Amino acid sequence: MREISIPISDEIIRSLHVGDPVELSGIMMTGRDAVHKWMIETFVKKTRQPTDNDSQVYEEIKKYLDGGVLYHCGPVVSGLDTKQYRFVAAGPTTSIREEPYQADVMKHFHIKGVIGKGGMGAKTLQGCAETPGIYFHAIGGAATFLAQTVQKVLGVYKLEEFGVPEAMWVIEVRKFPVVVTMDSHGQSKHSLLEESSRKVLDDLLARPY
Amino acid sequence: MRNLTDEILELIRCTSSSLPKDVEDRLRAAVEQEEPGSAARGALETVLRNIELSRANSTPICQDTGTPIFYVYYPQGTSTRKLREQIRAALAESTKRSYMRPNAVDAIYDKNSGNNLGGDDFPYIHFEEVDADQPLVIELMLKGGGCENVGIQYSLPDNKLGAGRDLAGVRKVVLDAVQKAQGQGCAPGILGVAIGGDRGSSYIKSKEVLFSKMGTRNKDPKLAELEERLTKEANEMGIGPMGFGGQTTVLDTKIMGMHRVPACYFVSVSYMCWAYRRRKMTVMGEGVEYD
Repeated sequence: MREISIPISDEIIRSLHVGDPVELSGIMMTGRDAVHKWMIETFVKKTRQPTDNDSQVYEEIKKYLDGGVLYHCGPVVSGLDTKQYRFVAAGPTTSIREEPYQADVMKHFHIKGVIGKGGMGAKTLQGCAETPGIYFHAIGGAATFLAQTVQKVLGVYKLEEFGVPEAMWVIEVRKFPVVVTMDSHGQSKHSLLEESSRKVLDDLLARPY
Repeated sequence: MRNLTDEILELIRCTSSSLPKDVEDRLRAAVEQEEPGSAARGALETVLRNIELSRANSTPICQDTGTPIFYVYYPQGTSTRKLREQIRAALAESTKRSYMRPNAVDAIYDKNSGNNLGGDDFPYIHFEEVDADQPLVIELMLKGGGCENVGIQYSLPDNKLGAGRDLAGVRKVVLDAVQKAQGQGCAPGILGVAIGGDRGSSYIKSKEVLFSKMGTRNKDPKLAELEERLTKEANEMGIGPMGFGGQTTVLDTKIMGMHRVPACYFVSVSYMCWAYRRRKMTVMGEGVEYD
C-alpha cells in the first residue's frame, strides 16, 4: 500500500486517483461541524467578530493545516482530568454536513486532504480540483482500530467551548488507512455510485409487486 | 430495592464495546461475498478487526456512542424513578470510563453536558410493566448519529415515487430510502420500518423493531416476505459497504405494522449502521445475565 506523509505536496495530490488505498502518517487535526462553522464565520466570510482566543487559535491551527489534513472526527478521549490525553476511539464522522463549508475552508487554509466518511458533493469536488486536494474515505465505525494509529495527542483547541467531540485535536498518526474516493481530477466514487444505484432503483420501482 | 448501577454500567460497557454475535456472524458472512482485493472487502475486514479489538480492549466499537435508548421491562411494584436514577448514574460513570463519548449537546446553547445526561429525554428510557413474578429486563441500543441522519419518513401516497397506500408503495419508499442513504449511514445497514401510526409513534416503532435479533421475521407472512424481498432488492443497488460499491448494502430488514388514522399513512425508516449495538440484561434474583 502507498504511504504518504503529511504535509502533502501538490505533486503527490495530483498523482492520486479515485480507488487508491493509502496510508497516511504525520500530524493532522480533527474538525467537524462546530469547527467548520466557526472557521467560515470568523475567518473566511468574517460575518462574526473574533472573540476570546479566536485569533490566537487561528494563527496556531494555520500551521498544521497548511499542506495538511483535516479529519472529520469526534473522538472518545481518555485522560481529560489529567490532560494526559489518549485517543480511545476515533473513526470518521459523516462528511456531507460540511458540504456548505468544505471547499472554502480547504482553499483558505491550503488543506490538502480531508478525511471523513460517506463522501461529499459537487462543491467540495470542485474545491479538490482547485486547491488541489483529496477526499480520503476512512472506514466508518472502525473507531478502536483507527485510534490505534494515533501515536500521540499533541494538543487541543476549543475543548472547553466546543466539547470533546467537536474540539480541534492535533494528533500524530502512523499508517492511518484510507481510500481516495474524490480526487483532484474531478472524479468522485460517490457521484458514480449515486448514478448507478439510481438506475437500479428506477428499474426496481418499475417492477410489479 | 436493589441498587443496579454497577450492573447497568456493565450493560453499557458491553453494548458499546462488544457487538452481538448474531450481527458479527452476519458481517463475517458478508465479507465472503465481496471480491478479494476490493475496497468493499477491505472495509469489511477492517470492520471485523475493529470488532475484535474493541471487545478485547473494552473500548467503543464506534466513537459515536450514539443516543442511548433503554427499554426497561420492570416487574409490577418496582420503582421506575429509582431505576431511572440508576440508569443515569451508570451512564455518567460509563462516560468517565470512556466506554461512552460525552454525547449530549444542548441544542439551543451548543453546550455539551460532558456526562451524557441532558434534560429528561437524554438518555431515552422507555418503561414497560410486566407481572410481579417476571424478571427485570433492561435492553439498551446505542444508535449513532450518522445512521440516524439518514432515517426518513414518508407520507403515502408519494407521487414522485408512484407509491400508493399499500405494501407495494411501502416497498418503493423503503428502496428509495436506501438509495438516498448511499454509504452515509455506515453501510451495510439494518432497516427498521414502521408502517402506520402518527409521525412520532411511527418513528419510535421503527427503532423498537431493531431490538430483535438478525433474521427475526415478522409473524405475518406478507410482511416476512416483504422483509426478505427488501433486503435482496436493496442489495441489487450495489452501494456496498461504506458506499464503496459491492454486494452487501443491507444486512437485514425488520418491519412492524401499526394502526393509523384514516387520513395518514406513514412509513418510517430507521437505518441502523453495521455497528448495531444492542444488549440485554436480565436480573434473576441475585444474578444478572447479559445477552
